[in-house]
Amino acid sequence: MQWEVVIGLETHTQLQTNTKIFSGASIKYGAEPNTQADAVSIALPGVLPVLNAEAVKCAIKFGLAVNAEIAPRSVFARKNYFYPDLPKGYQISQYELPVVGKGSMTIQVGDEEKTIRITRAHLEEDAGKSVHGAQEGMSGIDLNRAGTPLLEIVTEPDMRSAAEAVAYAKKLHELVQWIGICDGNMQEGSFRCDVNVSVRPKGSDKLGTRREIKNLNSFKFMQQAIEYETQWQIDTLEDGGTIHQATVLFNPDTGETRAMRSKEEANDYRYFPDPDLLPLAVSQADIDKVKVTMPELPEAMKARFEQQYGLSAYDASALTASSEIAAYFVATTSALNGDAKLAANWVMGSVSAKLNEADLAFANCPVSAEALASLLKRIADNTISNNAAKQVFEAMWAGEGDADVLIEQKGLKQVSDSGAIEAIVDEVLAANAAMVAEYKAGKEKAFNGLVGQCMKASKGKANPAQVNEILKKKLA
Amino acid sequence: MINQSLKQLAAALATKQISSVELTQLFLDRIKRLNPELNAYITLDEAKTLAQAKLADARIANGEATSVTGIPFAQKDIFCAKGWRTTCGSKMLETFIAPYDAHVITQFDNAGAVNLGKTNMDEFAMGSSNETSYFGKVKNPWDKERVPGGSSGGSAAAMAARLCAAATGTDTGGSIRQPASLCGFTGLKPTYGVVSRYGMIAFASSLDQAGPMAKSAEDCAVMMNVMAGFDERDSTSLQRENEDYSRDLNKPLAGLKIGLPKEYFAEGLSAEVAVVVQEAIAQYRKLGAETVDISLPNTRLSIPVYYVIAPAEASSNLSRYDGVRYGHRAAEYTDLLDMYCKSRAEGFGAEVKRRILIGTYVLSAGYYDAYYLKAQQIRRLIAQDFEAAFNQCDVIMGPSAPGTAFKIGEKADDPVSMYLQDIYTIAVNLAGLPGMSIPAGFANKLPVGLQIIGNYFDEARMLNVAHQYQQATDWHTKMPEGI
Repeated sequence: MQWEVVIGLETHTQLQTNTKIFSGASIKYGAEPNTQADAVSIALPGVLPVLNAEAVKCAIKFGLAVNAEIAPRSVFARKNYFYPDLPKGYQISQYELPVVGKGSMTIQVGDEEKTIRITRAHLEEDAGKSVHGAQEGMSGIDLNRAGTPLLEIVTEPDMRSAAEAVAYAKKLHELVQWIGICDGNMQEGSFRCDVNVSVRPKGSDKLGTRREIKNLNSFKFMQQAIEYETQWQIDTLEDGGTIHQATVLFNPDTGETRAMRSKEEANDYRYFPDPDLLPLAVSQADIDKVKVTMPELPEAMKARFEQQYGLSAYDASALTASSEIAAYFVATTSALNGDAKLAANWVMGSVSAKLNEADLAFANCPVSAEALASLLKRIADNTISNNAAKQVFEAMWAGEGDADVLIEQKGLKQVSDSGAIEAIVDEVLAANAAMVAEYKAGKEKAFNGLVGQCMKASKGKANPAQVNEILKKKLA
Repeated sequence: MINQSLKQLAAALATKQISSVELTQLFLDRIKRLNPELNAYITLDEAKTLAQAKLADARIANGEATSVTGIPFAQKDIFCAKGWRTTCGSKMLETFIAPYDAHVITQFDNAGAVNLGKTNMDEFAMGSSNETSYFGKVKNPWDKERVPGGSSGGSAAAMAARLCAAATGTDTGGSIRQPASLCGFTGLKPTYGVVSRYGMIAFASSLDQAGPMAKSAEDCAVMMNVMAGFDERDSTSLQRENEDYSRDLNKPLAGLKIGLPKEYFAEGLSAEVAVVVQEAIAQYRKLGAETVDISLPNTRLSIPVYYVIAPAEASSNLSRYDGVRYGHRAAEYTDLLDMYCKSRAEGFGAEVKRRILIGTYVLSAGYYDAYYLKAQQIRRLIAQDFEAAFNQCDVIMGPSAPGTAFKIGEKADDPVSMYLQDIYTIAVNLAGLPGMSIPAGFANKLPVGLQIIGNYFDEARMLNVAHQYQQATDWHTKMPEGI
């Protein structure tokens, strides 16, 4: 039987506010345990939550970015359960009425575009951390993280492969950083994905029973976990077994998923509206106020790049993959007086390759956009060839100096004097009579050989366009 | 001195007739003498109290006194007060020293008032007789075999026995008004949201409201001026301009329309109480008021609705008492679950456990719609009853409680009969309206309270209505014998 996997994601993004969602305590990562646990974080008797307006702004930003409905009225509920790192004995989370409703995102998998529907996004508070084994036989509780604002983003089960799920997660990861609501740091837990996976016979429109892979904090693990889980479910069904709804954990060491708890053991969270908080009202004026602070979104920027610069959809997409690459590209292009194609080729080519190799981000690129543009200008005005420019770029990366100085030092200036080139061409034609004969007999390839000989004779400095032109004229 | 109004005390302090330290010592001496029997206070700290009195004297000497500077108040032990043990009447918090001040405490401190001590109460404010307190029953100074009412029973006994100049209370379903009725003094539950709940230990968040317990409406107005006001630390605190609650005290009552709900004078009300309440209403007619018969048809539903909503919220509010960070933790346990179960089984009393169980049940999947959601819908109907009523009248009057103070132990084993104590007060909390109880006379030598219910934010008018009655009568000045 042919099987199809159906995937939906729930992503917890930690919002980049200064303080907690319901108190004034700092949310900075890495502080000494419990130094950021104020009276509200500890849940002292009598304390009350007060909603952080910044967190709401972040949610609105996200809603605008995925073209979602933003609820004029949403409600914070209490999710009740006992756990030592949950100080109040309940988590405050939006349940029935979330602040962000239906929206969508477009992902690119290979050459195909696909729309992933966003079901909802809701605000909630994070729990603290239990630290096991810090002291012999004891568990420690660190409440620094308790009350950190989260936006949980839920999709419809619209993904049909691990690759699509990862493409969505990466796109979302870029988007939340692009709009400045999340730092995207997956190691520190700022961006955590739960993946719901089910399988069904291809062609069926009924959903299979899902299992939820919890807390994936890298795209590599996500890919592995989904692939393993999918195969496990298919094998189980083909062996005549049944899938039971469950929460599973991925073990990166074995590459396997394993059930943590089954649905039967699931808690009854006894959700009810939190009487300490009024319903959250968001007016059109509130939304408009956030709207003016929104950066140009990747989709819009991509469309603009295609239209304004005549870039292909593929290039435009690659150049808007992150706000950093987009900013680098725009800065390079503008310093180049708008020669976007040249800038695009270099940003996606040599620059990206070098950054990947060095595991650096665009923001930390040793060759600034302006420096790159000063080099590319010399290609544009025919001072150097593209190949020569690559040598200069390497030197610039190594911090050896400015483009113009390096071109001079290395003697890479192109020869564009037609008299000099004509002399070289004449020499080459005289020395390669056989090739000339071949060309004249109709072998087009021989022409390229002659060009190569000319370039070699000029030590790579002859302007290739001129060589072409003069050669053609002489052979005609 | 112990019978003087807050205004008279402030004048006496201002004119150096007495110092705050002397006045405070006077009350502390009375407490020493009478509290061992009455058990009105859970925690006293003479050194802290007298230090505040000294500061108040300095402030008065500097001419910086407010209307309450140097006056000793009793604080219900539901308010966190920095450095004070704050128990909420529970073993769970027997050793809890609050590291911060509730808004109400801050307001009194900033005004220069003196904190005499923390008063006894039903555990987590759950009760109508003060019998559920871990720190022992409180006796009613009018008859020491009887209860003072609850949950603000300690503050009530302290008021009746003049163990403070005035006291604070909280009212979730009648916990200020019913004890005020049973102990013969004036108590006001303000509109929900008028007094910040910050630092007030939560029982049922959507119903809890703090208010004054005092010798007269005039004193309540003075205290409201201290306690009320917007506080950004409580999201349900209402952002309104500050008002002077004394401003209308002296307005005549001619033309006042008093609504008398037929449901408040029906079966369940003791005949002797009914007589007293009718006499009080007759007095109002003499003062120029008119009465109009009204109906609050959903009154009978208020107790079942309350006993769904309040326990639901309480079951969640009390989850934080888990033995992990503070409060009672069992001495021995085998694992985490065992630690939770034992700590909570040992730390909470029977009534609190009963309400946690009810609350957990009504919020459970499969029961939520039938209980919690339904209760919320009826709650709206109850509020609509009042809305309709206030189209016909300015204030509503009736009894505060169905009877006078009952014997200690009389209802302790019958929760439903205990819950019926609040039949006339609970609907007011469900609707979020302000309500008062004022002394209206006696039945079998025990005080009877008249309840006054006002429209939202009509506290100043209610205080005026109560004050005019207290100008014409002297019930509010009566004191129990032998104290």
